[in-house]
Amino acid sequence: MTTTRLLTVAPAARRRRTGTVERPRRSVLLTVLTGIVLVYSLIPLIWLFINASKTQSDLFSTFGLWFGGEFALFDNIGRALTYDDGIFLRWFGNTLLYVVVGAGGATLLAVLGGYALAKYRFPGKRAVFAVVIGAVAVPGTALAVPTFLMFSSMGLTNTPWSVIIPSLISPFGLYLMWTFASEAVPTELMEAARIDGASEFRIFWQVALRLLAPGMVTVLLFTMVATWNNYFLPLIMLRDPDWYPLIIGLNQWNAQAATAGGTAIFDLVLTGSLLTIVPLIIAFLFLQRYWQSGLSAGSVKE
Amino acid sequence: MTRITPRTRRVLIGTAVTGVASLALAGCSGGATDTDDALEEGGTITVWAWEPTLDQVVEDFEADNPGVTVDLVNVGTGIDSYTALSNAISAGTGLPDVAQVEYYALPQYALQGALQDLTEYGADEYEGTYAPGPWLSVTSGDQIIGLPMDSGPMALFYNKDVFDQYGIEVPTTWDEYLQAARDLHAANPDIYITNDSGDAGMAASIMWQAGGTPWTVDETTVSFDLEGDQGAQRYAEVWQTMLDEDLVSPISGWSDEWFAGLADGTIATLPIGAWMPANLEGSAPDGAGAWRVAPMPQWEEGEVTSSENGGSSLAIPADAENKELAYEFIEYANAGDGVQTRLDGGAFPATVADLESEEFLNEEFEYFGGQQANKVFSESSAAVVEGWQYLPFQVYANTVFGDSVGQAFLGQTTIAEGLAEWQSTLESYGTEQGFTIE
Repeated sequence: MTTTRLLTVAPAARRRRTGTVERPRRSVLLTVLTGIVLVYSLIPLIWLFINASKTQSDLFSTFGLWFGGEFALFDNIGRALTYDDGIFLRWFGNTLLYVVVGAGGATLLAVLGGYALAKYRFPGKRAVFAVVIGAVAVPGTALAVPTFLMFSSMGLTNTPWSVIIPSLISPFGLYLMWTFASEAVPTELMEAARIDGASEFRIFWQVALRLLAPGMVTVLLFTMVATWNNYFLPLIMLRDPDWYPLIIGLNQWNAQAATAGGTAIFDLVLTGSLLTIVPLIIAFLFLQRYWQSGLSAGSVKE
Repeated sequence: MTRITPRTRRVLIGTAVTGVASLALAGCSGGATDTDDALEEGGTITVWAWEPTLDQVVEDFEADNPGVTVDLVNVGTGIDSYTALSNAISAGTGLPDVAQVEYYALPQYALQGALQDLTEYGADEYEGTYAPGPWLSVTSGDQIIGLPMDSGPMALFYNKDVFDQYGIEVPTTWDEYLQAARDLHAANPDIYITNDSGDAGMAASIMWQAGGTPWTVDETTVSFDLEGDQGAQRYAEVWQTMLDEDLVSPISGWSDEWFAGLADGTIATLPIGAWMPANLEGSAPDGAGAWRVAPMPQWEEGEVTSSENGGSSLAIPADAENKELAYEFIEYANAGDGVQTRLDGGAFPATVADLESEEFLNEEFEYFGGQQANKVFSESSAAVVEGWQYLPFQVYANTVFGDSVGQAFLGQTTIAEGLAEWQSTLESYGTEQGFTIE
């Protein structure tokens, strides 16, 4: 009795649960889980925004997840931008320089290298593969000190180059472009172009690069975030605050409270942090549609 | 000591100040290497320091000496700065001409021979210019490895409003301190006598005041006695009792919570160095009027003992490029006109003449309700217990303090066990570094 009922009920239940591609079934559990993840990721941002709008004494005395007595966001922004002769803007400019040259350069190199590894056959390719895979596993932090000693003997420490040059290398980006290029650029297309008499450079520039755009944006976003948030490398390479990126500069502001005779400027640290993440948020909003197509590329065999 | 009337005292101080000035001049001609020419020749020096009052000193120094450029760079506070300095020393390039080094970190660099002996430039003539504590800290054997910039004789900062509100007496001994901790916390569970999450500098200052010598250093021989030492035992006893009875707030020093607690009265006292007023004024302005300063609680009733907490020197790396000019600068900043500039900026002096000057002693602190707090600090400076030494690897020792003794603050172990573990960590580190451990 029980068995037959189960058997008759089961197909109907399954149909109801799976839904169709056009009308995906709604799952309360998944919605709740996604909601929790959403709240979990947004709370720090909301906290940052709320607290960047407080005066320092409100910061100390009022509840962290609600606004203080006075909405001082614009006053705080003004003070953060002008504090210590506007050093924040200088740090902002430095960060932009490191991101544009470092992350931009890393993306360019990854595209060139990934395309070559995916589409050309040459001796030693397997060795390169092994080295790249190995390099993905080595955290950049572990290389920072040897890099420092090497750069120091070359006289490059405490210059922007000491941050830019190591940022140019992104093994992960190279690997990503490699797999992406082998899927996204059909060899037949390259052969057709060759028959039409296009040079290898022209094939890369006019045919392959268009097809590689989604992957490029993905790598660009990864390297951008990595360079923007790079902490340890500039920390040991740079001594002159004039060359600091934002993240090291904010750390210096934060440390100022712990100095005999220093003044705590936690309000400015928070406002500065808020200003620091705004460009990243904008970059993600603008580039996300490229990124989505980049993520799914190669996932389905055509 | 005979009593001196204010008038004669002022005359004496006047003489002392002129004495310092003429010493500064004599320092340049007295047989040692002549650094005076360096000023006239001009040039550029790089100074690594985080002390905020140096900005003005540098400006004045450059104005007085056209042709001299001082590049003042804040490479980080404390340990960050030492990381940069150690990196530059081991790389052999990018060294500054002058570096701010805290007293506790000096032996570490001195022993490597990384700091210039300043007796070569006549710095030995400044003996007596500085309070004994800081002066001892900058001497290493027969070398002088820096000039003291400030000092931090300990005092008990307390929130008078809180003590008055609950009718509790300000403690004068550590026994009374413990009792006050109990009474305050019982009267209002939000209030703690102080905060500590395992601060190595604080522990050292407490052991020092308790007459401790938990380690002794004789050149490259270091011996530890963190179990039997009187200072270590006294520290462990009082702090363990406070931890067991949940009387210490677990807030870390220098955090935003800390400044909040100082401002709203939930942290009722701070045994800390005399440089603290500028920090209170700048970072806990809401506590103004509530705070006062008292002498340190004593281990034996009726005693007057104290110790130093923090403080830094300006030193010259042995491989610096422009050492003569560098010496002229640190002389100006720490013994010459720069001292007054720095005092005006809120720094606490290491120079005897300033520690004893009427103007300094009579200064009324608005933050402390008009109290002449410098009198307390000055007496503390004179009462610093002799015989304390820092380890030749104190920077390392302080960074690993949290892994052993710090665990007691989380209830994972006891302070006594933590100290024993700290000792064994330090012994094996010392052996690795080539010291003889006894």
